Amino acid sequence: MKVLVCVKRVPITGGRIVLTDDARAINTQHLGFTISPHEECGVEEAVRLIEANKGESVVLTLGPPEAVEQLRDAMALGIDRAIHLKTDGQEWDAESTAAALIEAIRADETSNGPFDLIFFGNESADSAGFQVGIRVAYALARPCVAGLKKVTLEGSSVRCEQEVEGGRDVYVVPLPAVLTVKEGLNLPRYPSVPGKMRARSKPMAESTPTRPVPRLELVKLAVPAGQGRRAESLGAGSAAAPAVVEMLQKAGVL
Amino acid sequence: MTVIVLMDSSDASKQALALARKFGEPQSVSMDAVQPFAPDALAAILAQAADDMNASAVVAAGTERGNEVMARLAARMGLPLAANCIDAEPGDPTTVTRQRWGGSLLEEARLHSPRPLMTVAPHTVAADSGPPPAEVEVKPVAETDLVVRVVDHVSPSNGGVSLAEAKVIVSGGRGVGSKEGFAIIEELAGLLGAAVGCSRAVTSAGWRPHTDQVGQTGTKVAPEVYIACGISGATQHMAGLKGAKRILAINSDPQAPLMLNADYSVTGDLKEIVPAISAEIRKRR
Repeated sequence: MKVLVCVKRVPITGGRIVLTDDARAINTQHLGFTISPHEECGVEEAVRLIEANKGESVVLTLGPPEAVEQLRDAMALGIDRAIHLKTDGQEWDAESTAAALIEAIRADETSNGPFDLIFFGNESADSAGFQVGIRVAYALARPCVAGLKKVTLEGSSVRCEQEVEGGRDVYVVPLPAVLTVKEGLNLPRYPSVPGKMRARSKPMAESTPTRPVPRLELVKLAVPAGQGRRAESLGAGSAAAPAVVEMLQKAGVL
Repeated sequence: MTVIVLMDSSDASKQALALARKFGEPQSVSMDAVQPFAPDALAAILAQAADDMNASAVVAAGTERGNEVMARLAARMGLPLAANCIDAEPGDPTTVTRQRWGGSLLEEARLHSPRPLMTVAPHTVAADSGPPPAEVEVKPVAETDLVVRVVDHVSPSNGGVSLAEAKVIVSGGRGVGSKEGFAIIEELAGLLGAAVGCSRAVTSAGWRPHTDQVGQTGTKVAPEVYIACGISGATQHMAGLKGAKRILAINSDPQAPLMLNADYSVTGDLKEIVPAISAEIRKRR
């Protein structure tokens, strides 16, 4: 079988977000990068499916030249090859991102055959538009199930579990399909040293799409005002226990 | 001008309705219009209603389902979608303020669209208190829009206190040190009738299941008291805590972000402090 997973390079924000001077991006000077947490589970699921069923797994991203790091990381975990749609670092809105991915997927499928499954994260960690995977599915006229915590192949169909209030809803859709997944789908593995070595020589295709004029146009970003909390110290070490218990009593939970 | 609102009985829907009123006279489509849930069919109904009524905009709550159906509507209509808005002003273009990073960052944006599609981030807009809008007449949908539909429901197996509804949560982070380290967290949670939570570092390490994770990609919680033990307070975690009434942070690092952004703090080794709190509760019983 053939499985594709789409990922996005995002900064690891840590405790406090600092913006660039023009307030149009996060100042990432001192930050590391990763892919969105939901997508880590998409990569893991793609690797597991190919380990179990044989075939090929592919990772696709739209991002700056440095996004090569995230593609190599995915290949270190077992993805077979990568496709990099290179940007100049400017942000692309969800609609434009989806359009570029659709074109790349169509081109790859024409040369290398169709993907049985395409995985996306339910939403990106940074811009959180909740829509790129769904847009791709519509354009490819494939069923899309969103927000999944469990995926099981059943012959030529896939059984999907979506977490909802009071349990999980189950969907069964025919392949080929597009699935958007959430963290908790699986526990992603860590890369091994041999895996990282192998990743260096795995194939990576590149192209440079043109950025359309965004219809959801970023003007500026702002860090919201804090919730006004300023911690009151209840003490240090185990001697603080009585003060903690009094606080719990005052809060009416004890 | 008519604005179409996708609604269920939740407060989030009434908040979305309040924002939608800026765009016209609301008419609603029920989230239950297709049973069992079939998101493509709902998108088809919304698209039809929007065309029939020449709607100025389509709005839904920024819940999982709201965002999902609206993304399908956007894909179907070939229009942009602004998800999780906290404010919007009609105009050409429409201007929106929307959440990024689970609410840790706000984006001001221009939405260039003949028919703005928006979802409203829950608990950021006051709920509409007016009468419910009239429901749009729903026409039958095509079979192709029913391929993706709920065919079964699985109930949760664990009988513990649910994180999302817990009054008290005792939560552990990397500072807990190990899977076994959670014994003292569980003990305190047991005494308080609390749910056990954790940070992403803990689930990534495999110490706790993902169902215990509080944060942007875990569960968003709203307890009376949230006790964070050995959690530094990355934005990923804080995004899940916005609904917490009182936060107590226990950490050996007094400069950890969560120690500064909590309501109460205790500095020191959680391995001593947490058992001491449990002992104090027992003593007073």
